[in-house]
Amino acid sequence: MVTISRRQFNRAGAATLGAGVAASVAPTVLRAQNRTLKVGVLLPRSGTQAFIGQSCQMGADIAPALVKQMLGVDIELMNADTETNVDVARSRAEKLINDGAQVLVGPFDSGAAIAIAQVAEQRRIPFVVNIAAAPQITEQGFRYTFRNFPTSVDLVRNGLSLMRDLFLATGTAPRSAVFMHVNDTFGQANRRAVDAILPRLDFLPFKVVDTISYDPAARDLSVEVAKAKATNADFIMLVSRLNDAILLVRELVKQRWSPQGIVSPGSPGMYEAQFYRALGKYSEFCVSNVPWYDPNAALSKRVDAAFVKQFPKERLMFHALNVGFTFEAMLVAADAFKRAGSTDGAQLAEAIRKTDIAERMMIGGPIRFDAKGQNVQIASACVQNRNGAPAVVLPKSAAQMAPVFPMPDWRARG
Amino acid sequence: MPLETILNVVTGGLLTGLVYGLMALGLSVIYGVVRIVNFAHGEIMAVAMYAAVVGFAMGGVDPLWMIVPVAVVFFGLGYALQRGLINPFIHRPEHSQFMLLLAVALIMVNGLLVAFGPDARNVQVDYSLDSYEIGPLLVDKVRVICAAVALATCALLFAVFRYTAFGKAIRACADNLLGAQVVGLDVRHLYALTFGLGTACVGIAGCLLVLLADVTPSSGPAFTLLAFIIVIIGGLGSMPGALAGGVLIGVSESVAGLLITPSAKSMLSFALLIAVLAFRPQGLFGRAAR
Repeated sequence: MVTISRRQFNRAGAATLGAGVAASVAPTVLRAQNRTLKVGVLLPRSGTQAFIGQSCQMGADIAPALVKQMLGVDIELMNADTETNVDVARSRAEKLINDGAQVLVGPFDSGAAIAIAQVAEQRRIPFVVNIAAAPQITEQGFRYTFRNFPTSVDLVRNGLSLMRDLFLATGTAPRSAVFMHVNDTFGQANRRAVDAILPRLDFLPFKVVDTISYDPAARDLSVEVAKAKATNADFIMLVSRLNDAILLVRELVKQRWSPQGIVSPGSPGMYEAQFYRALGKYSEFCVSNVPWYDPNAALSKRVDAAFVKQFPKERLMFHALNVGFTFEAMLVAADAFKRAGSTDGAQLAEAIRKTDIAERMMIGGPIRFDAKGQNVQIASACVQNRNGAPAVVLPKSAAQMAPVFPMPDWRARG
Repeated sequence: MPLETILNVVTGGLLTGLVYGLMALGLSVIYGVVRIVNFAHGEIMAVAMYAAVVGFAMGGVDPLWMIVPVAVVFFGLGYALQRGLINPFIHRPEHSQFMLLLAVALIMVNGLLVAFGPDARNVQVDYSLDSYEIGPLLVDKVRVICAAVALATCALLFAVFRYTAFGKAIRACADNLLGAQVVGLDVRHLYALTFGLGTACVGIAGCLLVLLADVTPSSGPAFTLLAFIIVIIGGLGSMPGALAGGVLIGVSESVAGLLITPSAKSMLSFALLIAVLAFRPQGLFGRAAR
């Protein structure tokens, strides 16, 4: 029989304890020394928002090489498709975190963003929203969610101000508008913002004569357009996605209704590459008052060079908003990672909270987040479709050409 | 609301409803004879829509010209599917048939996803944005053409069932299976032919619908659901019922969208479905179970 003395027992115990402590400390040390940030990118790459999701994905795809050049840190992308479905977005966020994602970026959809924000909060993983406007995303006290994109309220406020500028610049004063909006979280948030803000703006010459909401997955908008046409409004104020914006214009042409204009107070759809491809001459003169990129900014030029290199068949201007905000979200995450020197969720979130990035691609002040995790310094531009491409027409300081309003009749377009 | 707006919307709903009716007709014919509910119906139509998209993209072929080749190919596909896969399940419990056809549907959806990706596809022919002005009415040209082709196809199918020996044999199988077997009809062959006809119908409907709506791999289940609503309202197994159900759904969705709210379109379809199930379970044109 082997006997162990008290001294031998204590020595063995101390050795075991020491090994245990070393083992428990080791991962922390390793984590702190980790040179690569794993970024879970959640985007709607299929479903009704597929084109926009794939457009945003390009912004993520160019990020690793560009961020390495700019900040000297490595980021590894972990891509997930939300399938334009809130429930799928939630489960994909869970899976990405389980698979090792240390920060989440995405998801170009307000409903999906709210679902992902809840997961991020539970799992204590920072979530940087690229594009999503519903105010509640940053109004619910989430500590791990940050948004470098305006809320619907800011978006609509900026968009309506630009409408005034558009009418002043073109010497027009339309008296009535029909407000058409997609009936999802984003569309509802915009509707609430329009309902709250518009009645208080006495500088706008028009009244909204009817509000028409429609299904985001609608196969056909003939009834909606017939209803809008019956109002005989001067112009359409549109909050859309992409597919529905295309359906709507096609239906306007079929029903031979040429309103004075189609003006978005801040929504996607009409400046996307697919809009021009699908509609050709009928895509012309539509107006989107949206956050936009500054093509003359140094960062825009670097992004453009990287974009052309990686996607030689594409042009940045058709993806500017999607690529710009997605890239900036990646930049926010990488910058925080560099300053925190850690992939720990709490430390990364704290570093993101202290973000101060002056050199940026999108128009607006430096990227800084307020106590709610919201960047409040993002401006909009009035972007009109001209000669098959989006062109800034307002504000004058950034204008590439003068705005046209009213737009020419459909039948007068050759 | 101006009367001309209501008339325009009702006309649009009527024309779209005829195409929906043709789509549902295939489902109704198959059930009426073979007594199998084709749960892959909408997915088969999505495949036909993609066939039309490919024809247009590769050779610039108008989907209307694709109707004949698609109908022939889909007739063969339906025949083979019934003889090779579905026939062994004819006398099995309904849940087994359901699982089989659900599996076929899933394979089709995922096959389309692999082949074409998730993006929405459509066909833009020269006349896509044209419309006719008839008095106060402004009628979409594509809808008029699609509705006319759908009506012609239905008329042809009715004629086949009523006037040809082969059609009469199929009706005999549907009316009295034992009697048909006693007089020596090849029931298995006739079942497969019926399945082929139903599949050809849905193939033609796919070529028409691609002119009216975008298609994605996930469109199939929505079409299956729509076809079910139509045939249940019209009467499962009734050919005139399918057509009438399609028109009813097309018009009621349009009117609901106009007079209530566009978001109420689907709601009204389901409300009609519930009303029919509650007060006339056999459907508007169906025969009550004896």
